[in-house]
Amino acid sequence: MELAISVIVGFMILGALYAIHARDILSAVIAGGIVGYSLVICFLLLKAPDLAIVQIVVETITLIIMVAVVLDSSRVEAYGKFDSRAWVTAGTAVLILLIFFWFLRLASAHLAPFGENTMRMADAYVNGAVDRTGSVNLVTGVIFDFRGYDTLGEATVLVTAVLGVLTILRLRGKKV
Amino acid sequence: MTVYRLCFILFLTGLYGVITRRNLIKIAISLSVMEFSCFLFLALIGYRDGGVAPIVDMADPVKPYVDPLPQAMVLTAIVIGLATTAMLMAVIIRIYRKYGTFDIREIKNLRG
Repeated sequence: MELAISVIVGFMILGALYAIHARDILSAVIAGGIVGYSLVICFLLLKAPDLAIVQIVVETITLIIMVAVVLDSSRVEAYGKFDSRAWVTAGTAVLILLIFFWFLRLASAHLAPFGENTMRMADAYVNGAVDRTGSVNLVTGVIFDFRGYDTLGEATVLVTAVLGVLTILRLRGKKV
Repeated sequence: MTVYRLCFILFLTGLYGVITRRNLIKIAISLSVMEFSCFLFLALIGYRDGGVAPIVDMADPVKPYVDPLPQAMVLTAIVIGLATTAMLMAVIIRIYRKYGTFDIREIKNLRG
């Protein structure tokens, strides 16, 4: 199980690297789709069918939005010469990556090994959840019953985002 | 442990893209790669060996279910991620219509 997921995550890393370095923006968007759809397979292997369904829908919508934006504008990647500012950003990137590796070393001592989740918190939710929530699917029980207010807030965020997108796209804007 | 490290490397790949790229669309793609690696990490934490999907079988209710709490959290986060990505792309297309480029350096030079 761990081997299969590792192979898929390696594939995701390759797709992300290609998306970052592609010359054509449309190919970069499609390569970004590799990452999202591989994540669906990972969720299925990790026994999370609800997540897989939601992720496949969301990834498709995201791809459609991104392809629409790219086709409505330019596909040319902005490549300039590798000047001093590019050196500064590359140096910053390496520095921040090293700092994060140090955090990984600190944190990995406290992580439980893969596949040995103790269910310390989840037991209170899992035991007798069907009687308390009336939902056979435990994830649905948590989302719509134990954390109903959170889901209400999520719906509010979605509505706000849709209103924001409509407002931004309908603005006339100042002439420059 | 290998899979945690690979997941972290995926996060760092997205971070590298956000820092070094100049094209706004590529920055948006890198942000969503970082987002995906966080989702994957939470789903990995919830897994346990021999676990079954957290859907109760009424005939045999005591089974080693995988942890449903990280899955519920990731489900919320995925939908919020879609909302932020849609908002980001709307802002990016407005910037393109105003300046005619995706290059953040040129946009900075055109200001004022």
